[in-house]
Amino acid sequence: MSIFTFWKTILKSLISKPATLMYPFIPRKFYPNTRGSIKNKIEACIYCGLCQRKCPTTAIVVSKPDKKWQIDIMRCVTCNACVDVCPTKCLSMENQYSTPVAKE
Amino acid sequence: MSNRTVVPFGPQHPVLPEPIHLDLVLEDELVVEAIPSIGFIHRGLEKLVEKKDFIEFVYVAERICGICSFIHGQTYCQGIEELMKIQVPDRALFLRTIWGEMSRIHSHTLWLGLMADAFGFESLFMHSWRIRERLLDIIEETTGGRVIFGSCKIGGVRRDINSEVLQRIQGELNQMEKEMKEIANVFIKDKSVKNRLVGIGVLSRSEALMLGAVGPMLRASGVSQDMRKLGYAAYKNVEFEPITSEDGDSYARCVVRIKEVFQSFDIIRQCIQKIPAGPVDIKVTGNPSGEFFSRTEQPRGEVVYYLKANGTKNLERMRVRTPTFSNIPSIVKVIPGSQLADIPVLLLTIDPCISCTER
Ligand code: SF4
Ligand code: SF4
Repeated sequence: MSIFTFWKTILKSLISKPATLMYPFIPRKFYPNTRGSIKNKIEACIYCGLCQRKCPTTAIVVSKPDKKWQIDIMRCVTCNACVDVCPTKCLSMENQYSTPVAKE
Repeated sequence: MSNRTVVPFGPQHPVLPEPIHLDLVLEDELVVEAIPSIGFIHRGLEKLVEKKDFIEFVYVAERICGICSFIHGQTYCQGIEELMKIQVPDRALFLRTIWGEMSRIHSHTLWLGLMADAFGFESLFMHSWRIRERLLDIIEETTGGRVIFGSCKIGGVRRDINSEVLQRIQGELNQMEKEMKEIANVFIKDKSVKNRLVGIGVLSRSEALMLGAVGPMLRASGVSQDMRKLGYAAYKNVEFEPITSEDGDSYARCVVRIKEVFQSFDIIRQCIQKIPAGPVDIKVTGNPSGEFFSRTEQPRGEVVYYLKANGTKNLERMRVRTPTFSNIPSIVKVIPGSQLADIPVLLLTIDPCISCTER
């Protein structure tokens, strides 16, 4: 049993930079793989509806006749399933999280 | 006999990350009985198998628990793969092992932090989580998510890690291991930590076996049982021995978890050395049928998935038995006889994860 086992860590913390970021002045860096939010390049979309069928949270609604593609980002859990199946690769996963909103 | 008082503990309590309620019957400061009640956070995830097909359900399984997320997904996938007789490529098995062990380190360092917080050692708490943060970054870089990895799927894994990245990760993990040693030294040797943990909540070997304790709780009572020894995923290819301790008290559980962190570093190292080249997934066709019990070792102990399929897209029944559920009888058994002030620490030593207990 000993005391003062923490002194080494304390000394190190005193002389090193803080481990935390001064957010929001220093923004956090994201990785290319980070699953942040879904983006659709709508010009390339053929409204096939595959993404709607594969989405586990039914966040996407596609309507072929009136050429509509809608996503409810509050339901989306960024699982990447829709991006994997999209035949034209118009869907992509951005590595930035969607920006906060005040209203749904 | 002195007067008895009942003190309600939880469902909202500073040490509890999740809601569980205990009625503590006290005689002065001594707890003589603990009556648990659960059911505050039931979400009906098991019932969802009827709505989601068996491939989509991986996403649900991963969300049963935030901390053991990956291993939940893995256990589910292994069960389905067994039912469908799918031979998963070796590289995928190694990647699953690497991610599984990363989540073990991240869970144990989270627990160490919470523990330090519970016994009032704030700076130790911060330093445990500082180390964990680096690991979360590695996880985010390789899988895309920080806690919900989303990288396991039926038939393999969804992403590969190339060998350069693996080598770099190895370097970072070595550095983390060094920092972890400093912190571990405090947990193992410091007088103030020992004062709070040694001799608190002793669970004997026979009690642990009788009450069906699992994971570090069981191993701290001297039973060498670890589901990883079943040899699923790549565990058959790596060398390790279950870590045990004889004392069965809170300190023993803490030491077992600390040693497991280092063991996980070692398993990842072995995996990175031995990982074969090749594909990381195979195509899955058809529907599962039959019954299977899938068992794996989570950071908190053994998890069992019961899967019953009938040849359609949706499973007929799915049932999860999570480690915290198995450990609740043991904790209720060891609480009587402790001081009221020790209850928060004692309750934390089972590493309670109530969300997955109630699903
Ligand atoms: S899968 Fe792709 S192409 Fe098809 S509807 Fe969805 S976004 Fe459009
Ligand atoms: S990322 Fe997943 S949850 Fe979000 S829209 Fe795509 S399939 Fe649905």
